[in-house]
Amino acid sequence: MTVTYEEALQKYEPVFGLETHVELGTRTKMFCGCPTAFGAEPNTQVCPVCLGLPGSLPVVNQRAIEFAIRIGLALNCSIASWCRFARKNYFYPDMPKNFQISQYDEPLCTDGYLDVLTGGETVRVGIERVHLEEDTGKSLHVGGATGRIQGAEYSLVDYNRSGIPLVEIVTKPVPGTGYLAPEVARAYVTELRDVLRTLGVSDVRMEEGSMRCDVNTSIAARGSGAWGTRTETKNVNSLRSVERAVRSEISRQAGVLDAGERVVQETRHFHEDTGVTTSGRSKEEAQDYRYFPEPDLVPVAPADEWVSSIRASLPELPSARRARLISAWSLSELEFESLRNAGALDVVEATVAVGASPADARKWWLGELARKANDDGIEVSALPITPSDVARIAALVKAGTLNDRLAREVIDGVLWGEGTPDEVVEKRGLAVVSDDSALIAAVDEAIAAHPDVAEKVRGGKVAAAGALVGAVMKATRGQADAPRVRELILERLS
Amino acid sequence: MAITRDEVAHLARLSRLALSDEELDHLAPQLDQIISSVAQVQEVAAEGIPPTSHATGLTNVFRDDEPVACLSPAEALFGAPAEELQRFKVPRILVEE
Amino acid sequence: MNELTTKTAAELAAAVAGGEVSAAEVTAAHLARIEAVEGQVNAFLHVAADAAARASEIDARRAAGAPLGPLGGVPVAVKDLFATVGMPTTCGSRILEGWHPPYESTITRRLREAGAILIGKTNMDEFAMGSSTENSAYGPSHNPWDLSFVPGGSSGGSAAAVAAYEAPLALGTDTGGSIREPAAVCGIVGTKPTYGGSSRYGVVAFASSLDTPGPLARSVLDAALLHEAMSGHDPMDSTSIDAPVPPVVAAARQADVAGMRIGIVSEFSGEGYQPGVMTRFNEAVELLESLGAKVTEISCRHFKYAMPAYYLIAPSEVSSNLARFDGMRYGLRASASSAEETMSLSRDAGFGDEAKRRIVLGTYALSSGYYDAYYGKAQQVRTLIIRDFDAAFEQVDVLVSPSSPTTAFPIGERADDPIAMYLADLCTIPSNLAGNAAISVPCGLAPENGLPVGLHVMAPVLADDRLYRVGAAVEAAFESRWGHPLLTEAKGLSA
Repeated sequence: MTVTYEEALQKYEPVFGLETHVELGTRTKMFCGCPTAFGAEPNTQVCPVCLGLPGSLPVVNQRAIEFAIRIGLALNCSIASWCRFARKNYFYPDMPKNFQISQYDEPLCTDGYLDVLTGGETVRVGIERVHLEEDTGKSLHVGGATGRIQGAEYSLVDYNRSGIPLVEIVTKPVPGTGYLAPEVARAYVTELRDVLRTLGVSDVRMEEGSMRCDVNTSIAARGSGAWGTRTETKNVNSLRSVERAVRSEISRQAGVLDAGERVVQETRHFHEDTGVTTSGRSKEEAQDYRYFPEPDLVPVAPADEWVSSIRASLPELPSARRARLISAWSLSELEFESLRNAGALDVVEATVAVGASPADARKWWLGELARKANDDGIEVSALPITPSDVARIAALVKAGTLNDRLAREVIDGVLWGEGTPDEVVEKRGLAVVSDDSALIAAVDEAIAAHPDVAEKVRGGKVAAAGALVGAVMKATRGQADAPRVRELILERLS
Repeated sequence: MAITRDEVAHLARLSRLALSDEELDHLAPQLDQIISSVAQVQEVAAEGIPPTSHATGLTNVFRDDEPVACLSPAEALFGAPAEELQRFKVPRILVEE
Repeated sequence: MNELTTKTAAELAAAVAGGEVSAAEVTAAHLARIEAVEGQVNAFLHVAADAAARASEIDARRAAGAPLGPLGGVPVAVKDLFATVGMPTTCGSRILEGWHPPYESTITRRLREAGAILIGKTNMDEFAMGSSTENSAYGPSHNPWDLSFVPGGSSGGSAAAVAAYEAPLALGTDTGGSIREPAAVCGIVGTKPTYGGSSRYGVVAFASSLDTPGPLARSVLDAALLHEAMSGHDPMDSTSIDAPVPPVVAAARQADVAGMRIGIVSEFSGEGYQPGVMTRFNEAVELLESLGAKVTEISCRHFKYAMPAYYLIAPSEVSSNLARFDGMRYGLRASASSAEETMSLSRDAGFGDEAKRRIVLGTYALSSGYYDAYYGKAQQVRTLIIRDFDAAFEQVDVLVSPSSPTTAFPIGERADDPIAMYLADLCTIPSNLAGNAAISVPCGLAPENGLPVGLHVMAPVLADDRLYRVGAAVEAAFESRWGHPLLTEAKGLSA
């Protein structure tokens, strides 16, 4: 039975949660000194430890612990004063020891939150835990039509990724977001990504797999106060997919319940191409990971002073920056969101820092420059124009040297590589005509050419002056200062 | 009886051991005897006693985030039962876990 | 038998360093001895093809005036679970047949740097699980005192090689007694150092929280020399203790127990203890008293739970440690159509009975629902045993017991009776659970069968030197009483 998302939300209340795996940007792996560079030739970044050779032993990368603590602090978590790694035992060919070194009931960071902004509202997403573990190798599935594991004849395993440090960030279940659940889920991952990027702990590239999400979703009848059976959707590897996966799972589960059936607690796979989830292969036996404390590693007990020094070194986080900018620039949350979503926060802030007003900086970066970036399919920050250039252009407009149309031409010139704004103004001869005698001649010509309009203005219809201003601007090929033209017209006709 | 033959068979599957019927017949009663014997630990009054996983009492043993030399692919793949495209070749994988 | 093979390591190192004999001659003599007796002992799984060449390198260094290292030119036999470049490492298992590690264990690297000649890899119970070497996939080793008896285990190949004069020194590992029990039943010296005192890097794991590499030798001083050469902090092993190596060689030379407080563990006697073992043990205690030690009896009331706790903890860890042997990356691969089936068939074909028993047992103990009752409880028992030791070491400097309740047993006698086999480690297991140091030194022959008995001495963590003080004192006193080293009475070999 197919149920639309809107129908589903009329009857059911969704709850979602996210488990996000993030590869840390350490130089070396979690437990050995192999490099972590992406895209190396297969099995060139391996050693006895990350190949799980008999006799090899892990040693913890201190930087990975520090990064995990940074993340925990940024997510308002408590940092464990003592915790251990544990072995998670299961057999799989891409896991060289057939156990994964992870953390079980003693995670490094617990019980925090992340405030996320969506649709102008702030939602507090609880963080259950942040723990460290090691990544697995990567398999290439050969034979079969799709390159997928299903139908493959055999697989080829590359262990370069094996042992790369991962943090797993697990939210608490997020209830009460109703219709907005998919958007809140997406906004959480977006905010998390921004936090991680700000912290400098990961390159957070979802397309390269350095950030991967599993989405838990359940629904229950509205007003029932109960929570439904949840499913875990794996393989959700873009921001858009997070939103689509939650939406599609809510609709699917509503269909199941409407048909009088039960939602099965299971793993599901998200398909980017179709936007739907399908059931993971059912398991013949219930999984029992037989966790136990990793005997090859000693406990981690971060000293208070170490945690304090990490806390002191945290950069300004996105939420604090949001509060600061909203206040300093007198923005609404929606205005802030549009700046952030355009990826223009850094450049606007830098432009303000070199003297432009926040309003001017936003106007140029979100307007003309955002259009240019969009045309080129790049981020605004990637345009070949600096915040100083934009501030200078804004200053020239403010001084009356340029008007908006000329300013856009200057921007074109800078983007074309013709030099600084001043050089472009010089080379293209773009300064506003500010000589009143030249303008007065043009104004008189315009009045003479449009006697009927002039009559209306004289009669008190000041708004009609616009037509005359337009005529003057046309005659001066846009190089006149429009407000001054308007003043002169009104003077002549008063 | 501490453990049944069926339970032993289940544990063997969990540990990826394709035990034959004869092996199960042989090992199950031995395991039953061993488990009955080790169950003595349950007699110990241990309430409030912390568990020991590591006898050394060491904590915070770390390495610096400095790269060291890797194995060459040839060394890494030297003992591989099968290889292709500089990767370990393994039979088709049936289940995802 | 070339007399070079009867020399101690200390004597050989001095002779090579002094130019009285070449490393090449020493090595050739031992290779000849191996050739002569291996058919009877089966101590080695692999004899180093490059031993003669390595010995010539030592001789060349000496000719060039370069320092040789403390073990310059001394042959060392290596238990076949140390990863060694240039020699296979099988762990006594079919599943690793022909595996050549692409890296070297820290300890064998240190020994090579100390000038030792790694002469070969010795037989062992599969993955160090056993007390007789009968669990080796490559046939049992034989006790040089009587070839129809086991040499103990799991380091039985190492013990037999030393007792048969095939090498003056050998490396073993001790997880529940796997150095001390074979040393005892072969009439030689074997030490389990403090856990964390000797590196586990490159030592194929059995039970990671218990495994301790250590020396086997014919004399206490030789054991100390190897102990010192192999020990010390290793940044590749997170459980390695960053502290100076206890002064074991100096202690072995000191050989003085006057004023030492020695405690007899009262739990380690009575039912199950062979009368001749107790006779010799009691004589050793009297000897210690006669040498000026103050002997008292100490009760360690949780030691009786050490065995069941051990047989939960060790199998749990081994079930996880042995998971990697699945035929995917190295080792035996059975032919099957899927990865999962290939793993299961490879593991069934590659592991022996004891490995399978312990894998299943460990899988059981860690299963959700059983964890608290078994593994969790065993970890608490471990704490209680540590506390027993701590309390005892407030009263005495060392504890003593027999090394094993019985002398060596006939090959085959306990082969399919796991519980009976496990009893061999009754006295040795507590020190593995607590991580402290212990040694076995010969203290005579059991009157009823003429087989060796070992005196077990236990010392606190990082007080390994006390073992050598006591061991050397006992050794000197007994040898002066007997008029010769005990081992000269071994008559099992026909060569």
